[in-house]
Amino acid sequence: MSFIDILRTAIFALRGNWMRSALTSLGVIIGIAAVIVMVSVGQGTQAEIDKLVSGLGSQRLDISPDSGRNSSGARGSSSSFFTLSEDDVESIRHDIPEVQFVSGALRGSTQVVFAENNASTSWQGVQADYFDINNWTIAEGELFNAQDYSSAGKNVIIGETVRRTLFGDESGIGQTIRLGRVPFTVVATLQSKGQGGFGQDQDDVLMVPLETSRRRLMGANGVPPGAVSQISLTVTDAKDLSYVQGEVEALLRQRHKIKPGDDDDFRVRNISEIVATRTATTNLMSKLLGAVATICLIIGGIGIMNIMLVSVTERIREIGLRMAVGAGPTDVRRQFLAEAMLISLIGGVIGIVIGVAGALLVGKFSGLPVALNGQVVALAAAFSITTGLFFGYYPARKASQLDPIEALRQQ
Amino acid sequence: MTARTRDAVIVTRGLSKIYSPGSEAEVVALKGVDVRIERGEFVAIMGPSGSGKSTLMNLIGCLDTPTAGVYECDGIDVSTLDAEALATLRREKIGFVFQGFNLLPRMSALDNVAMPLGYARVPVSQRHELAQEALDSVGLAGRSGHLPSELSGGQQQRVAIARALINKPPILLADEPTGALDSKTGEEILALFKRLRDDNHTVVLITHDAEVAAHADRIFVMRDGEMHLEGAET
Repeated sequence: MSFIDILRTAIFALRGNWMRSALTSLGVIIGIAAVIVMVSVGQGTQAEIDKLVSGLGSQRLDISPDSGRNSSGARGSSSSFFTLSEDDVESIRHDIPEVQFVSGALRGSTQVVFAENNASTSWQGVQADYFDINNWTIAEGELFNAQDYSSAGKNVIIGETVRRTLFGDESGIGQTIRLGRVPFTVVATLQSKGQGGFGQDQDDVLMVPLETSRRRLMGANGVPPGAVSQISLTVTDAKDLSYVQGEVEALLRQRHKIKPGDDDDFRVRNISEIVATRTATTNLMSKLLGAVATICLIIGGIGIMNIMLVSVTERIREIGLRMAVGAGPTDVRRQFLAEAMLISLIGGVIGIVIGVAGALLVGKFSGLPVALNGQVVALAAAFSITTGLFFGYYPARKASQLDPIEALRQQ
Repeated sequence: MTARTRDAVIVTRGLSKIYSPGSEAEVVALKGVDVRIERGEFVAIMGPSGSGKSTLMNLIGCLDTPTAGVYECDGIDVSTLDAEALATLRREKIGFVFQGFNLLPRMSALDNVAMPLGYARVPVSQRHELAQEALDSVGLAGRSGHLPSELSGGQQQRVAIARALINKPPILLADEPTGALDSKTGEEILALFKRLRDDNHTVVLITHDAEVAAHADRIFVMRDGEMHLEGAET
């Protein structure tokens, strides 16, 4: 029989039992839809992670205080939170020549007001290298000058989101805004960075000199003189990263007088460690969805096999007749295989439609990044055909091996 | 008889069939049967149930291969053929007519008749025309669109005969073709076979009914797996 004949015969047979065929394809529909959602979310997340890694750079180290744990496992007191200082920053700068940029920082959040406009935003108290480390560039205006840093000048550089909220279409440079109750002069605006790898608005930020933030923004509790809550650095050459990480750890242990065997009061992390956590979460979710999809496809496939076996038994006389009029084993096997594949292919097509819609909905409502492409759809289609082929083969073979005499004798 | 050049279309020599040979359930269904049927003959194979006539029919119909002996179907020795080659042989040489018609219930008469053409790889464009011709030849020109359930028993059997003839096989093998029909309709079907015989088809009729067998040119009588009697009626 020609391909067209086989297809027509299969469609004719399935239409005779269309309800049963539709229900049988349900397992494949669910399986394929799950595959599409799974792969889309997986690929989307991976793309985001790649973007995140390249955005932050693989030349970067972040040092944060880590008060360690006392014997009861609880965190140390809050006074030990500021274990890092500007002196540590300077020491790293001078003692480790492979370091390109290094900056200490303080951070917090505040209410920012200009005329009737006000917004809640986060601030960063920074040193000069901070902008290079974080790839911030100035859109308009000037960076802080040396005097701003040394004498705690009340100047501020604002991110794009803050600028838009406060000034609308104006640049806002030269204007005075209040951070909390303290008036600051806007000296520059930052180039927009857009959404970050974790979905946050990176432009909803403003920067002030480190000393200024310590004196004016840290509030009544204050911080120890010279203290910073974070140190970031970049190395000139990415391949020095792990060497520098070791050097920084050794240097800080020495400076903080930490005895061998004692816990560090700081923690040095490179970007790959931060990303690893997120990748692990994504992988776990991908695996879960993958397991669901696989189980659905297997159940769907077993459903197809089951129905095809029923169909062979029901139509045994038809098979006998077809053999009598000249259908060979190959013709019969192809016919039943075509029916099984058609069920799973139709299920696959419907599953693709539902899966694509599902992936778009997931992207819209859960905020997870979703990447849909032709490969995903092709993969799903291939899965559905394979399912039909794999689970349809046994019933088809069984039909093809029937003895025409026995088959014709069945009532 | 002598005016027509005659050649044998069915020749068996020492044809034997043993089921489950060597085991305790061994059944000798056919013992060394010799048959020779010429092209354009109308013969009947008679015998009670268990006589081996069904086994003989299955062998002649290329549905089965013999345990021993030779069967030449239109010059082709079938004993060594595999299932695939047997199917090809059936398609080209044999048209089957069954007692129960065996029409596919969801297909129109025309589609039922056209069904074997797909296996013969006849182009789709020619199928309806060929099927319509076959229906015309059995006197069912106006019924091509009807489902089997909308036809009488005699009409259904005519559709089945049209289907058997569609690939123009030399041999028409009819297994109790009148068994499910009343005697008047049965006579009509037998008359149709005689007409086909006159068109140089070879018709082999398997029956247990002597009255039906009497319509044939020659009658073979089977008993206990052996050819008991071979006689010419006309």
